[in-house]
This record gives sequence, C-alpha cells and structure tokens, in this order.
Amino acid sequence: MSARETLLRAATLLRGDVQADRAVPPSGFTARLTVFTAAAMAFLAVFALALSLATGRLADRWGDELARTSTLRISAPADQILDQTATALRALSTTPGIASARALTPDEQRALLEPWFGPDLPVETLAVPQLIEIVEVDGGFDATGLRARLQAEVPGAVLDDHTRWRAPLVEAATRLRMLGLVALGLIALSTAAMITLAAQAALAANEQVIRVLRLVGARDAYIARAFVRRFTLRAAGGAAAGTAAGMLAVALLPSTDIAGGFLTGLGFRGAGWLWPLLVPPFAAAAAFAATRAASLRTLRSGT
Amino acid sequence: MIELRDVAYSYGGGELFSDLSLTLAPGSFHFLTGPSGAGKTTLLKLCYAALTATAGEVRLWGEDTRGMDRDTVALARRRIGVVHQDCQFLDHLPLAENVALPLTAAGRGDEAEGNLTDLLGWVGLSDQAAQLPPQLSGGERQRAALARAIIMSPDVILADEPTGNIDWEMSQRLLTLLVELNRMGKTVLICTHDLNLIRAAKSQVPARVLRLKGRRLIAAGAEL
Repeated sequence: MSARETLLRAATLLRGDVQADRAVPPSGFTARLTVFTAAAMAFLAVFALALSLATGRLADRWGDELARTSTLRISAPADQILDQTATALRALSTTPGIASARALTPDEQRALLEPWFGPDLPVETLAVPQLIEIVEVDGGFDATGLRARLQAEVPGAVLDDHTRWRAPLVEAATRLRMLGLVALGLIALSTAAMITLAAQAALAANEQVIRVLRLVGARDAYIARAFVRRFTLRAAGGAAAGTAAGMLAVALLPSTDIAGGFLTGLGFRGAGWLWPLLVPPFAAAAAFAATRAASLRTLRSGT
Repeated sequence: MIELRDVAYSYGGGELFSDLSLTLAPGSFHFLTGPSGAGKTTLLKLCYAALTATAGEVRLWGEDTRGMDRDTVALARRRIGVVHQDCQFLDHLPLAENVALPLTAAGRGDEAEGNLTDLLGWVGLSDQAAQLPPQLSGGERQRAALARAIIMSPDVILADEPTGNIDWEMSQRLLTLLVELNRMGKTVLICTHDLNLIRAAKSQVPARVLRLKGRRLIAAGAEL
C-alpha cells in the first residue's frame, strides 16, 4: 500500500461513518478496558522512554566526557607532596595532547571524600593523596610515555586514564538504554494484545449486530470499520491521557540539583520532550492494526 | 434468478434433505410448507447463501454460491430481502434507522430519507418511526422487517414464518403487502405452517405451493 493510500485510509477512518458507527452499540466494559489499558500503557511507555533517553545521555556522557579526562594521583610523604605536585604539573604542561591540568583544592578533595567520611573532614591533617585533573585534547595523549616520564620525575604519581572503570559503566548504561527500548516494545505488544482481547470481546458481545448487518448485505469491511474506528479512537484518547499524566509525573520528579544521583536524572531535556508525543499516535496505530486483524479474523469465521 | 439443483444439506452426520431442485423465476410467488424440522429455514438460508449446500449447487443470478467470495455474497444479499420470524433488529436503533439499515450498509444512506417516509407509510408505521424495536408489537415488528427487506428494492423476498407471532388480521395485512410486492414484479418465497394464509394468498395470486417432507421437495396437493 502506498503512503498516499495509507493517508487516505487514515483520513477516512478519522472522518468516520456516523451511520456505521451507530450500528454498533456502545459497549461499556470493552470501552473502559481499552481506554484504561491504553492510558496505563502510555503512562509506562513515557517512563520507559524517559529511562531510555536518560541512560542514553548517561552513556554518552560517560563515554565522551570521561574519555577526555584522566586523573593523576600523587602519594608522597607530607614534606614532598607539594614539590612532586609542582613537578607533575610542569611535566603535564609540556606533554602533547593535554589541554590542561590542575591540582584539586582541599575543598574539592573534601567534597570527594564527604560521601564516605561526612562533612568537615580535616583533609589537611590526613595523608590524603593529591589529585590532579587532566583534560585531554581530541586524540588524547600517550599514556604509556607519560607514565614512564612520571615514574622518573615523580615517583609517587599514579596515572589513571579511566579506561579500567569507564568501559563497564558505558556498557551498563548502554544495556539500560536497550532495556528501556525492550520495555517500550513489550508495552506496545501488551497494548496490542489487550486491545485485541477487548475487540474480540466486543465482537462476541455484538454477534447479533453482526448477524443483522450481514443479513442486510453489509460487507465485512463495513462491519469491521465500525469496530476498528471505535477502538482506534478509544486507544488514542486513553493513550493521550496516559501520556499527559506520564509527562507530568516525569516533570515533577526531583531535579538532579536537589537530590543528586542517577535516578533523578530520569526525564526529558529540550527537544526530548517531543518524543512522548509520539506515544498516542503509536497506540492508535497499534489499536488499528490489532482491531482490524481481530475483526476480519472473527468475521471470516462466520457466515 | 435463484436456482437450486440436486441440493443436499447435512449437519452433524444427519442428512436434512437431498436431490432437491427449485427455481425461483422472476415475478413468481411460492409457499414452502412442511413439518417442523423438515429443513424449511435451512432451504431459505441456502437461497441467500447464509449456508452452503453439502451437495449440488445453488446459483444466484447464474453464479454458483460455492465460488462466491464474501463481498460477492454481501452484494447478492442486497438483491434479496429477508424477513425472519424473529425479525432480527438492532435494538439500540430507532425503527426508522433499522429499516434504513440496508441502504446505510450499502453506502446509500442519503437515499433513505425520501424512501423511508413512503415505505413506513405503506406498512402503516409512520407514527412508530422513532420507537425502538422492543417497544413495538409483534405485528409492527413484522411489518418493519418487511419494510427493511424491501427498502433496497430487491428482486426476491424470502420470508420465514412471517406470520408466526401475529394474529390473523395482521397476517392478512402482511400478506396483502407481499402480494402487492409480487404484483410489482418481485419474486416471493414464504415459508409457513399456516394453511389458511396459503389459501388466502391463492385467492389473490397464482402461488405455487411446495412441501418439504421426507427429505424431498414435492408440489403440494390440490387441497391447498
């Protein structure tokens, strides 16, 4: 079927046939079931989408930002640590591929230790290693060469280019993104299955209507259309309500600034808020396909 | 128009009838009688392709129903008006919409308005147009079913015990309507137990009376 034909069919479906619609009595139970299912699934779909987008951002950040930074840790006796730090900074400033290097301040080091030791830790009185943050240029630096040079000039220096722990984090974030997408797929399938069941229940409940319509010469397509349009519009309406509720719930989640951590980063940013708007049309399309298939299958089995 | 040749119908291992032949020629009037369970309703359903014969062939306007797809069957049914004993209405729709249903199902709903007024007047139901089917009496329902059966101006009218649930006066009124339709050139087949109805009809129209008995279709005797 061409795109034009598809659009024409969609327009015909939306315009509807009032008389065909009236031939099928409004059935309360299946109507409520369809609307509720579509709304609940759309609500979950918004969260799955938010999870997928958030983990995608996380994977990108871990993949890109951490790949461009390294840490140099200097462990030395208290009377040598300042000298070794200065020597290391000089060496780093002349190393090709390094954009900048700076020693973390005592406040920054205290903030790093705060989750484990609590606030107001007197880091100055402890033998805490000095950390130097290194920012690389595109293409990075020669880590092996730098390690060899530091070993000679700064014996207490240990270079961590984040490779060891960045890879599993990126992999975990990527898998979380995949899980979000799988959840979206499962939600779509569940929606289609529930709407199929509701449509079949409606068809069974309206056996007499179908018999009468056949008696007067109605084609299967005419009978199916009345059911398909009704279920498609119900699913679209329910999904729109569920999507709106889901977007509101995502918007009301605590911000990263307030609570910190990964989960509070769940949400949409910028143009990402447009993605959930695709949920109602997709739900309607799933309902259309599921109801049409169920209707035609049921109608083919009768006389 | 409608032709059955050597038709048999079996269900559940039992044969209802066999070697049955019948031709409904244009403008003819037929009665089909026989004991309960003889297969009158089944024969009627074969005539509008609601059932498929287990042997022999049923032809609607020359086309074998076994080779018809579902759309072709639907189109053929638009040329056949069917009146059932239980009428079969959509109870949530007013009488007028029920009567107009064949037109709306055929996508010709815009033709309904003018036709409906005349038709409901002809069957004497103008005042009941807005009522729901459950609010109508048995006779009114039968006349409404007849109106629905003929709104598409079909070539053939098949009626299954149309007077089964109504009194004699109303039966006469319904028969008069069917005779009028036959005089307009419509083919009519009525299944009935009511011998008085057959006698009344034969005084008005040259009706052929067939009897389904012992799995065979025979011409009824001169007592009718």
